Amino acid sequence: MFIELGHFALALALCLALVQSIVPLAGAARRLSGWMAVGRSAALGQFAMVALSFAALTHAYVTSDFSVSNVVENSHSAKPMLYKISGVWGNHEGSMLLWVLILSLCGAAVASFGGNLPRELRARVLAVQGMVATGFLLFILATSNPFTRVIPAPADGHGLNPVLQDPGLAFHPPFLYLGYVGSSVAFAFAVAALIEGRVDAAWARWVRPWALVSWCALTVGIALGSWWAYYTLGWGGWWFWDPVENASLLPWLSGTALIHSAIVVERRDTMKSWTILLALLTFGLALVGTFLVRSGVLSSVHAFAVDPARGVFILGLLIIAIGGSFTLYAWRAPALQGGGLFAPISREGALVLNNLLLATATGTVLLGTLYPLFMDAFGLKISVGPPFYNRTFLPLMTPLLVAMAVGPLLAWKRGDLTAALQRLWVAFGFALLVVLVGLYLSGFHAVLAILGLGLAAWIAAGVLAEWGERIRLFRAPLRDSWRRAAGLPRAAYGMSLAHFGMAVLVAGVSASAFEQERIEALRPGDHIDIAGYTLTLREVRRVPGPNYVADEAVIEVKRGGTVIDEMHPQRRTFTVQRQTTALTAIRTGLSADLYLALGEGDAQVGWIVRAWHKPIVSWIWLGALVMALGGVVSLTDRRWRVGVAARKPAALPAAAE
Amino acid sequence: MRRIAFLAPLVLFLGLAGWFAAALFSGRDPRELPSALIDKPAPEFDLPSLAVGDLADGRLSSASLRGQVTVVNFFASWCAPCRVEHPVLLRMARQEKIRVIGIAYKDRPEDSRRFLAELGDPFLTTGIDRDGRTGIDFGLYGVPETYVIDKLGRIRKRIVGPVTPALLDRELLPLLRALERS
Repeated sequence: MFIELGHFALALALCLALVQSIVPLAGAARRLSGWMAVGRSAALGQFAMVALSFAALTHAYVTSDFSVSNVVENSHSAKPMLYKISGVWGNHEGSMLLWVLILSLCGAAVASFGGNLPRELRARVLAVQGMVATGFLLFILATSNPFTRVIPAPADGHGLNPVLQDPGLAFHPPFLYLGYVGSSVAFAFAVAALIEGRVDAAWARWVRPWALVSWCALTVGIALGSWWAYYTLGWGGWWFWDPVENASLLPWLSGTALIHSAIVVERRDTMKSWTILLALLTFGLALVGTFLVRSGVLSSVHAFAVDPARGVFILGLLIIAIGGSFTLYAWRAPALQGGGLFAPISREGALVLNNLLLATATGTVLLGTLYPLFMDAFGLKISVGPPFYNRTFLPLMTPLLVAMAVGPLLAWKRGDLTAALQRLWVAFGFALLVVLVGLYLSGFHAVLAILGLGLAAWIAAGVLAEWGERIRLFRAPLRDSWRRAAGLPRAAYGMSLAHFGMAVLVAGVSASAFEQERIEALRPGDHIDIAGYTLTLREVRRVPGPNYVADEAVIEVKRGGTVIDEMHPQRRTFTVQRQTTALTAIRTGLSADLYLALGEGDAQVGWIVRAWHKPIVSWIWLGALVMALGGVVSLTDRRWRVGVAARKPAALPAAAE
Repeated sequence: MRRIAFLAPLVLFLGLAGWFAAALFSGRDPRELPSALIDKPAPEFDLPSLAVGDLADGRLSSASLRGQVTVVNFFASWCAPCRVEHPVLLRMARQEKIRVIGIAYKDRPEDSRRFLAELGDPFLTTGIDRDGRTGIDFGLYGVPETYVIDKLGRIRKRIVGPVTPALLDRELLPLLRALERS
């Protein structure tokens, strides 16, 4: 009953999306306010219908309704509740439904909070969102319907892929999709601006918070995915340059470029067509990612079930969405008038450099991801791995990170590089100190990694120097500095936090060169020595779980002769799927992680135990979280508050320089 | 000139979309992996057989691969895709009269027996690769995996993952017929 209701609601949502894509657009063209207002109610109605539909599917999962084939294929009655719920989006059909749910949520958000937008712009934005929703709703209903029944209903389900039964992965897709789909709002704004033929500072002010929300969610989503890979796959790695990972990194890179270039549009009324292109590109890359993951064109460890019909459909959507918007771009963008001029050495110049490097990096990752596909056409099987990205991506990131500390210190229009560098001499000294101490301690090994640490120190110190400069620390009386610090706009703090998070991340990544690894077969009583720790295998015992049985190793951790901990890595065998997964045991700390994975074995031969000591590896995810937090802080800035822009466009508080 | 720059994204994208379409319609399976053993003799093996079949003394060895075109299928009762693939193997053996040999990979003999009793037995005989040694020699990625072996005992094709009906009709049968004629 609920299932049919959900199916029906989804079809109704499609009808509403169709109305939403046509009526407001026609209304905006003919300036009919009644028609334009339809967009708002259609968007809200569409959200309500998709939410109902999603609730119906969730209900089927929670109550283990095995007459629904999607539930049979992906759930099991003995599964913990968390994974029954996360099972809803742990499969192709359900995850597409989540996609559309978030898409319609974004539409509803524009409809609700877009009261300060000009009527025409809001109508057009909603219409474009309606078109995107139409495409995806059609896709679900035509090729990926999660509401098909099986009759007679089987007694129990097949269970969710054990690898996916994990808290990290339960929350990873919602964030990732919010990131992907959130970029559709910026896309809709860009298309609407192209239709109107007008991009101004106000447009940038409206679009930037949406781009920021999507960027923050994508940052958290990628970090969660990488953290999940780190602690579940049991290989000790955290980024594999896998096509699916790249598919999420691509819109992140272009989205990062977008949130920076939108600042230039907002403040200086220039770089308009480029910003529009980035907004189109970011959503386009999110769509390409979806296509690559779900069409079976590229193989990946994460890929969803392969179905050529779906591939053709998504390719069609891709061509309409990206092809259509790029055509519109080629037609209308040349007419956009550029605004203020600026010298190469200026805040704008630094942001242009940022954009050039990020765009090139995006292109590089895209090339690396698609290269196997191109070569496959010539019958050559190749895979593009870390060596390619180390040689191309890292050299592009290095100047970006070096410039990151300098850019914020440059003035708009015409900056003074010498003055900016003079303010950074402390940061430079600190970075140099880090490099020299690092080289000395490591005995001149791993020079690149130490330069990476120096780079992190440079950025972190640069961020602090810039903050100190703004509040005139040590140059004005402390009370005066305090008053200035309190008065700084949230956006300034957001930027500092995000840049500081990048420094933390770079440090974590660089330090991976200093990890140590031991793989040994241990019998009870044997030990491994690693990085000053002594790990002794006490026993391996069998532990029952709700839907698996596990071999659990009891490993005693000693440091300097005293027992400090006991760690329990497991190997779980899931009874329904006959599949084993590793549950790693990790002692996480700010200074280092101790990472243990249990392999195959038995009491006679011994058990394969893999141990890693990874200095400051947790900084990678910590840094990503700080970056996302920076985005959130920036979002709380007064400038974005609802209504401010509409009521007092002239009295906008210009952020203190 | 300025206009052309604005057309560039569209042109680039259309090129890319063309590639995607080509890849999608080529029917090429990205999961298909080349085997280092293609056109090389199949690895030697000598395995106990599941039931005393028509091959010598309850054993299955690589010697039995010579002289006739044979399909070797690695399977296991614990593997879900093997169940999916099974009807295709049955059709291959029963309707297409192909010589199909099974190797039960890291599986308990009683489980393999139950699996074949439940779903039907397409195999002329089934070897028991309890420790997965033969699988390693073949360079097995996982189960199911299928190898086509010609009359001279050389591996001619490797299929990773389940053999689908389309794959059987489009690629496997034409290859097998050609090998049988040669």
